Amino acid sequence: MPGYLLEMTNITKRFPGVIALDHVNLQVEEGEIHALVGENGAGKSTLMNILSGVYGYGSYEGKIIYQGEECKFSEIKDSERKGIVIIHQELALVPYMTIGENMFLGNEQGGKYRVDWEETYRKADQLLNTVGLRESSRTLIKDIGIGKQQLVEIAKALAKNVKLLILDEPTASLNEAEARKLLDLLLQLKEEGVTSIIISHKLNEISYVADKITILRDGATIETLDKNKDDISEERIISGMVGRKMVDRFPKREDTTIGEVNLEVKNWTVYHPLYAGRKVVDNVSLHVRKGEVVGIAGLMGAGRTELALSIFGKSYGLNISGSIFINGEEVKLNNSRQAIERKLAYISEDRKGNGLILSNPIRENITLAKMDKVSSHSVIDGNAEVIAASEFVEKLQTKCTSIEQPVGNLSGGNQQKVLVSKWMFADPDIMILDEPTRGIDVGAKYEIYCIINQLVSEGKSILMISSELPELIGMCDRIYIMNEGRIVGEVSKEEASQERIMGQILKTSKGV
Amino acid sequence: MDRAKDILKKNTMLIALMIITIFFALLTGGTLLVPRNVTNLIAQNGYVVVLAVGMLMCILTGGNIDLSVGSVVALVGALAGTLVVNKGMNIWLAMAICLGVGILIGAWQGFWIAYIRIPAFIVTLAGMLLWRGVALIILGGLTISPFPENYLNIFNSYIPDVFGGNINIVSIIIGFLICVVYCVIQIINRLKLRRKGYSTEKPITTVIKTAVICIAIMVLSYTLARHEGIPAILILLGVVVLIYSYFTKKTVPGRYLYAVGGNEKAAKLSGINTNKVLFFAYVNMAFLSALAALMCVARFNSAAPTAGTNYEMDAIGSCYIGGASAYGGIGTVAGVVIGAIFMGVLNNGMSIMGIDSNVQKAVKGLVLLAAVAFDVLSKKRGKTA
Repeated sequence: MPGYLLEMTNITKRFPGVIALDHVNLQVEEGEIHALVGENGAGKSTLMNILSGVYGYGSYEGKIIYQGEECKFSEIKDSERKGIVIIHQELALVPYMTIGENMFLGNEQGGKYRVDWEETYRKADQLLNTVGLRESSRTLIKDIGIGKQQLVEIAKALAKNVKLLILDEPTASLNEAEARKLLDLLLQLKEEGVTSIIISHKLNEISYVADKITILRDGATIETLDKNKDDISEERIISGMVGRKMVDRFPKREDTTIGEVNLEVKNWTVYHPLYAGRKVVDNVSLHVRKGEVVGIAGLMGAGRTELALSIFGKSYGLNISGSIFINGEEVKLNNSRQAIERKLAYISEDRKGNGLILSNPIRENITLAKMDKVSSHSVIDGNAEVIAASEFVEKLQTKCTSIEQPVGNLSGGNQQKVLVSKWMFADPDIMILDEPTRGIDVGAKYEIYCIINQLVSEGKSILMISSELPELIGMCDRIYIMNEGRIVGEVSKEEASQERIMGQILKTSKGV
Repeated sequence: MDRAKDILKKNTMLIALMIITIFFALLTGGTLLVPRNVTNLIAQNGYVVVLAVGMLMCILTGGNIDLSVGSVVALVGALAGTLVVNKGMNIWLAMAICLGVGILIGAWQGFWIAYIRIPAFIVTLAGMLLWRGVALIILGGLTISPFPENYLNIFNSYIPDVFGGNINIVSIIIGFLICVVYCVIQIINRLKLRRKGYSTEKPITTVIKTAVICIAIMVLSYTLARHEGIPAILILLGVVVLIYSYFTKKTVPGRYLYAVGGNEKAAKLSGINTNKVLFFAYVNMAFLSALAALMCVARFNSAAPTAGTNYEMDAIGSCYIGGASAYGGIGTVAGVVIGAIFMGVLNNGMSIMGIDSNVQKAVKGLVLLAAVAFDVLSKKRGKTA
């Protein structure tokens, strides 16, 4: 069919151990706004990274046909030369450079050995005018807000003569007015002939701007809805996004008795450490009982990790207010040491960045959070340490050559087991698991679930943060739904369904 | 074959040290290894070992270096000169004051680095200027000397020989005792592991390793015995190296140093007070700088305003040659000692050969780069294979 600006056919992309995209198809017509929706991890960003050349030709299978010819981009510059520009969720602007310098970064005006600043700023001002940003192009990026920065990114794209603009969650960090302005700008650009692909979770925004919607799920294209032909109601989109078959992927939990409230958090509010006045966690109250697995569902950026970190000895955020009760007694946890002493554990979502010390052996990682168990008067009992580490390696069936192997050499699943071992070694009563199965294969996931079941049967409490709804529904006794820093709902195991949780999240998103 | 390769890879710097030692021994017609020169080598490089051990603690915490080391040596040396020579203070009291001042200097720098979080590079660069300035003020630009005999004896004397004769029998006996103690510790460790049912390395490996180390100790003590015996400074060095080896390997705070350097965020979430760890590293560095200063003034028998110039570079070089990671978290005291000896042999060997000191500097620079490049490349190849 003629008229397609872009056709991506049978795109398959493999990462070690995972198929991120499985024969995905995407067709975009000239001059339309095409929305790409799907849960976290559905493969939206991967697909766009392939299109823009971040994952170069050869690292995936399939064909990209753009303006009637097949494209083999090996880096971002190749796709930009053809007028394809991607704007990532994390903006790529240099804070201590001016708007103008940023807009023409890598695309400098003037000769090879002499940058023409007059020309740069003249053009920059012109483009700022086009996108409706009333700022001098000589203002530093750090001095303007995030919404305006987003507009600068678009102006930067226009400076590259963009034909196909890709926006990854452009409104995620914008307020309503800013988001509205941005969407109107997209509509205006459409009139001028710019085609856009927009990735977003805010369905009301999508129905406002999009002509077509392609739904991805688990790395596969589910369907493409046309505004003029199909029903594009939110319910319709949601059922497309989550409608996967539930397989028996979760081990049965033996009947565990759910006991007293173990951890209770009341009116917990946390402010962003850098942007004063921005609430990341907003008046959250929750509780977890002994022997209970409680989930927190939400999208990326909902404030779940921040909530967990701030509870765990104020390891995140500023001006934290609210109270924490452990076994009914109010406690003040001012650092992670105190949290550990109160038998709390936080198992990070980012095992490489915040969880493990990759250059150290398994043995040293396992004992790190509770060294006093294997030492007396600060002198380490080497034998006791070896025994403890071997015991956990065996118990969790961690595959390694020896306990002296550096953790960095293990596979993701085994690293995760070491991380869980480390915190089990610290003897916690309450464990906060943040994305405990991210990036590990199905078999290792199952083993992690078994460990969780084992822990609650011992009377421990688990607070589990996950972006995978089936996992939460399969594992949790209760699920809190969190969005934009607030708890916006709570469902029991019986009431929980993906549609219900997703719907609740999307309903409470501050859209247009 | 694989095992041989493995041993080679783990001990690259030790092997490089042997090669360079043989190389210079041949070029200098054996002068490098005559007893007098070996004794000299120890006296010359004692301060490098002490400073390098301190520098390792800083580098472990995340590749931070301390540039103020040389200036602290000058300042504490000047203080020692003033107290001992000019004021005629009791030498033990004077030494205690000097070490105390070292700790205070470290606390000052550690405070800015660990609690205010100014990069170590900047704080110690400022310290480099500041302490050098204070040293010059104390000395008024002049050199203080000579030091009293009883002070010099603490550092420059030898273990006396009770038997007399050409060879210092006491030194050989001490060397022998150290070997015996080492062997006993090895055997006890092995038995302990065995009893608990852990796999131990092959007996032959342990025997060879122990034999090599014992032979090295005996050769060294015999060589020293043929000169004046074991120098007092070697005992001081031995104590420093043993204490810090034990500290980094066997104690909880030592483990925390590696943890902070390996991944500060993870360390913090594991309940480690990372500020305190950083603070300690710099206090300790300045303390060891003060100790090195006391050694240096004794060796030169003077406290000079230019003392300690570029000492920080020797210490940093020893650490990197000895296998410490520039990103922190990796490195051992043993490795650093090998690095320091490596630098010492290089300096000494070239001096004996009468190579121009300007050329020496250039060669040292190239060797430092080559040594580290060799280490990095051999590790890289290990990874891809």
